[in-house]
Amino acid sequence: MHFAVLQFPASNCDQDAVHALRLLGHQAGFVWHKDTSLGGADAVIVPGGFSYGDYLRTGAIARFSPVMQAVRRFAEAGGLVLGICNGFQILCEAGLLPGVLVRNRALQFRCEHVFLKTARQDSPFTRAVPAGQLLRIPVAHGEGCFYADEATLARLEARGQILWQYCTADGALTEQASPNGSLRNIAGVCNERGNVAGLMPHPERACEAILGSEDGRLIFQSMIAWHEQAARAGAGAAPHA
Amino acid sequence: MKARIIITPKKAVLDPQGKTVQNALAHLGYTGITAVHVGKYIEIDLAPGTDREAARQALEEASHRFLSNPIIEDYRLEIE
Repeated sequence: MHFAVLQFPASNCDQDAVHALRLLGHQAGFVWHKDTSLGGADAVIVPGGFSYGDYLRTGAIARFSPVMQAVRRFAEAGGLVLGICNGFQILCEAGLLPGVLVRNRALQFRCEHVFLKTARQDSPFTRAVPAGQLLRIPVAHGEGCFYADEATLARLEARGQILWQYCTADGALTEQASPNGSLRNIAGVCNERGNVAGLMPHPERACEAILGSEDGRLIFQSMIAWHEQAARAGAGAAPHA
Repeated sequence: MKARIIITPKKAVLDPQGKTVQNALAHLGYTGITAVHVGKYIEIDLAPGTDREAARQALEEASHRFLSNPIIEDYRLEIE
């Protein structure tokens, strides 16, 4: 499987993402933000960082980059797109994901490992996560508080678009378990179709035992499993960019 | 000709920055303040001879599409 990892000015988790995906035995290459093609990739990773210095709002400028037009077309064709941290913020600003990420409620930059509960097991981003297993993955952000109005939150819940929620080590969805004050403890969501997802925690930083956790692999392995299944199901099911 | 765009957090959205500034003002002894909201101010210089109505329309669009995020922010556009 071939992953395209986008690079914006001040992306800084792009190298980590490529490293993690190659570690899993798959191809990963960089795609510059001025490129208008994704180079035939099977999936897209929008990595973390501080694209355009977080000027105006996080992700607000990156969303208008030429490469984002290609990402939009790829997503509309059903391709898998995962936004991590700043990538999540960019996808929200682009309208490819619902809601928006705002300043952490405590105003602090939070950099620590958190526990995540996977809210549904059947999505392209979670199918490799064993039922009931919590993920221990680091966060590193100052603006990761997920916000959407009540009607949107209710719709996300009803349609199963909440993929991950911050929880305690016991799996309880308490206010204290959330590093940023996200509504409904939301750490990650997907679009209605289920092929575009974003999360604030960094799975690419949790793919090797030496880094303290390998739980991040499960998210990438989910995408890989979905792609392989779609490829087996026949042409057209897995779009190329 | 100048355009000014004032962007403020929507009332329904938690504004931890405004709350923190409010608390700091109270600590400094400034009383009688019931709420503080921290937003953004954008000043735009327009080329001489720009059609005011066309500029307003363009900047309304830019404010909605790019300069503010309507999920969390309101904006006010002024052209002088």
